[in-house]
Amino acid sequence: MSVTSTDALADLVAGRLPDAQGRFGPFGGRYVPETLIPTLERLSEGVREHLHAPSFQQEFSNELTSWVGRPTALTFAARLSQQWGARIWLKREDLAHTGAHKINNAIGQALLARRLGATRIVAETGAGQHGVASAAACARLGLPCTVYMGSIDMERQAPNVGRMRLLGATVVAVTSGDRTLRAAIDEALRDWVSDPLGTYYLLGSAVGPHPYPYLVRELQSVIGREARAQFQQLVGRLPDAVMACVGGGSNAIGMFHAFVPDRDVEIIGVEAGGRGSALGGNAATLSFGRPGVLHGSYSMLLQDADGQIQETHSVSAGLDYPGVGPEHALLARIGRVRYESADDEEALDAVRALCRLEGILPALESAHALAGAQRWARNHPGGTLVVCLSGRGDKDMPTLQQTLLAEPA
Amino acid sequence: MNAHERIGAAIRAANARGEPALVAYLTAGFPSRERFQSDLRRVAAGADVIEIGVPFTDPMADGVTIQRSSRVALEQGVSLRWILQELESMTPRLETPLLLMSYLNPLLAFGLEALAAAAERASVAGLIVPDLPFDEGDALHAALASRGLALVQMVTPVTPEDRLERICARSQGFLYAVTATGTTGRNVTVPAEVTAYLDRVRRHARIPVCAGFGIRGREQLERLRGHVEGVVIGSALVELLEQGGDPAAWLGALRGRAG
Repeated sequence: MSVTSTDALADLVAGRLPDAQGRFGPFGGRYVPETLIPTLERLSEGVREHLHAPSFQQEFSNELTSWVGRPTALTFAARLSQQWGARIWLKREDLAHTGAHKINNAIGQALLARRLGATRIVAETGAGQHGVASAAACARLGLPCTVYMGSIDMERQAPNVGRMRLLGATVVAVTSGDRTLRAAIDEALRDWVSDPLGTYYLLGSAVGPHPYPYLVRELQSVIGREARAQFQQLVGRLPDAVMACVGGGSNAIGMFHAFVPDRDVEIIGVEAGGRGSALGGNAATLSFGRPGVLHGSYSMLLQDADGQIQETHSVSAGLDYPGVGPEHALLARIGRVRYESADDEEALDAVRALCRLEGILPALESAHALAGAQRWARNHPGGTLVVCLSGRGDKDMPTLQQTLLAEPA
Repeated sequence: MNAHERIGAAIRAANARGEPALVAYLTAGFPSRERFQSDLRRVAAGADVIEIGVPFTDPMADGVTIQRSSRVALEQGVSLRWILQELESMTPRLETPLLLMSYLNPLLAFGLEALAAAAERASVAGLIVPDLPFDEGDALHAALASRGLALVQMVTPVTPEDRLERICARSQGFLYAVTATGTTGRNVTVPAEVTAYLDRVRRHARIPVCAGFGIRGREQLERLRGHVEGVVIGSALVELLEQGGDPAAWLGALRGRAG
C-alpha cells in the first residue's frame, strides 16, 4: 500500500473524509447545474446543524426503534454454514420496516427535510425499495412524495409500484434514457432543478453531489455499528470478513463504515456481474469502470471511450446502475475494500439456497452478496463471515416466476 | 483579438446595430449528421454567436427537445471527436464565434489539455459546461485559458449575491443568465422579477449578459430588450431544424426583420 493510501485510510478512520469540498480523495465533489448549488449549500448547512445534534439523533433513534424495528437481528445461518463451509451470520436488514435497509436513510432524510422546511419530497427508485421507504417515511411525517421510476423497473418490480401508491406517493414512469434507475435519477434531478427551494430531493443511495454520499453513509452506518456490536456479543471477537452487495453502495457503505478501522477484518463488496464482462452486460462499475462524472459526483463509471454512459444489465434492478458512490471508489483505490462481482446465475442460485436452507427469501440484490459469501467460504473453510442481507425478495416475484420458478422442479 | 474576446465583440456588434445579440444553439448532428456543416452555415447566417451542443447520454439540465436531439445524434455516432474534426475541416471557416456546450464527462474522456488544443485548431472560441459549477472548474479553466478560450459561466435567479459577484469575475465571453429554475426548452414568461434579476446580474457583470432557458419567441425577446446584451435560443431552434425550417429567416423574424 502506498503512502497516499495510508494517509487516505488514516483520514477516513479519523473522520476527516469527505473534506470541505465533499471529496473522498480524488472522488466526490459537486458537479451539478448552477441552479442547484445554493440548495446543496443549504442542505450542507442543514446537515452540519442538525445531523449530529442531540435532538435530531434522539428523534431519529426513536423512529428507528419504534417504527423501523431496529435493531435488526444478526442471524446465524446454521444450515447454510454447514453447506458452504464457513460460519456465516446474516445482518437482517430484510426485517426492517418496508423490507430493506433503505428505510434507515429514508426516515432520516425525511426528518431532516421537515426541519429544513421542505414542502414536497421527490425520490428516485430502482428496485422500488427506496421508493417504498420514501413513500412510507413521507406518509409518517405528512409530506407529499413523488417517486420517479424507470418503466422497465416498474414492470419487473410491480409489487412495489402498488405499495408506493397505497402509501400515498405519486409514481411517475420514466420512459426516457435507459428506463431504469439511471434515467430515474436524471428525471428526479430535472424535477428538483425546477423547484430547488421548496422541494427536497431524497436521494436513496450513497451517490450524487456532496453532501449526499456523506449524509447517506451517516444514516446507514447504523447497520455496521449494530452488526459489529452484535457479533462481538455473540462470538466474543470480530468476524474475519464482512460482505455486502454494491450498486450505488448504500447498504455496503452502511455495513462497512464501522469496520473500516478494524484492519484485521477483510471487507468485500459484491457488484452485479450480469451476463458477463462485456460492455453493457453487467453493472460491475469498480471491476470494469473508469473515473468520470455522472449524477453530480466524480467516481468510477461504466462508460465508452467518448465518455458516454453505458447501458448496464443485472437481474436485480437495485444494482443495475453504471456508477458507484465516491467513497467506494476511494476504498477500492486504496485497497481497503476488495470489490468483486457475482453474475445473474450465481445470484439466483444463492436465492434458492437461502430459501431452502434458512427459510429466508432474499432480495436479488442481497443474493449477490450471498453468492460472494459462497465463494469466500470455499477459500476460508471454518472462517467467520457477516453478510448484509440488505432486503427481502417478495418484490422480485415477477422475475423469480420467469427464472427459478420457470425451471422444472 | 484572442478567441474569447471575439465572442464579446460579436455580441457588442449586434448591440451597436440596436438589437440584442442572438446566441443560437443546435445539437451537433441533429437532425442529420450529414447536414451538420450546412446547418451550421445556415444558422450562422442569422446568428451572432453559435453554441454547438455535444450530445450526452444523461443531459440532466435539459428538457425533452434536447434530450431527444441528443439521443438521435448519439445514435448516428456523433461524438466530441467527430464534431471537432468536422469543424476543423470546414472551408472557409465561419466568421461567427463558436462555443461548444457539453456536459463534463465527454470532456474528461477526451482529456482537458487535448480538448483545448483541438478546440483551438477547430476555431472554437470557448465552452459552456452546464454541470460544472465554477468552484469545480479550475482545471478546465486553466486548460482553456492557456489558449485564450473562454469558459462561459452560468448564473440563475437563485444564485446569492456574493456568489454572483465571484462568478461574474470568472466568466469569459459572456455571462449566461438562466432566466428560470428548471430545464431547457420550457416556454417561460418574463415577469418583472426576471427583468429585475437580469438588471442585478448586469450591475455585477463586466462582460455582456445573455439570457437563456425557455426563450422561444419575439414577445419574450421584446420583454428582455434593454435588460440583456443577448439571448440564447435553444430548443425552439432545434425544433425548427427538425421540422426543416429556414433558421436564418426564423432568427431574422425573431429580430423583427422582414423575412
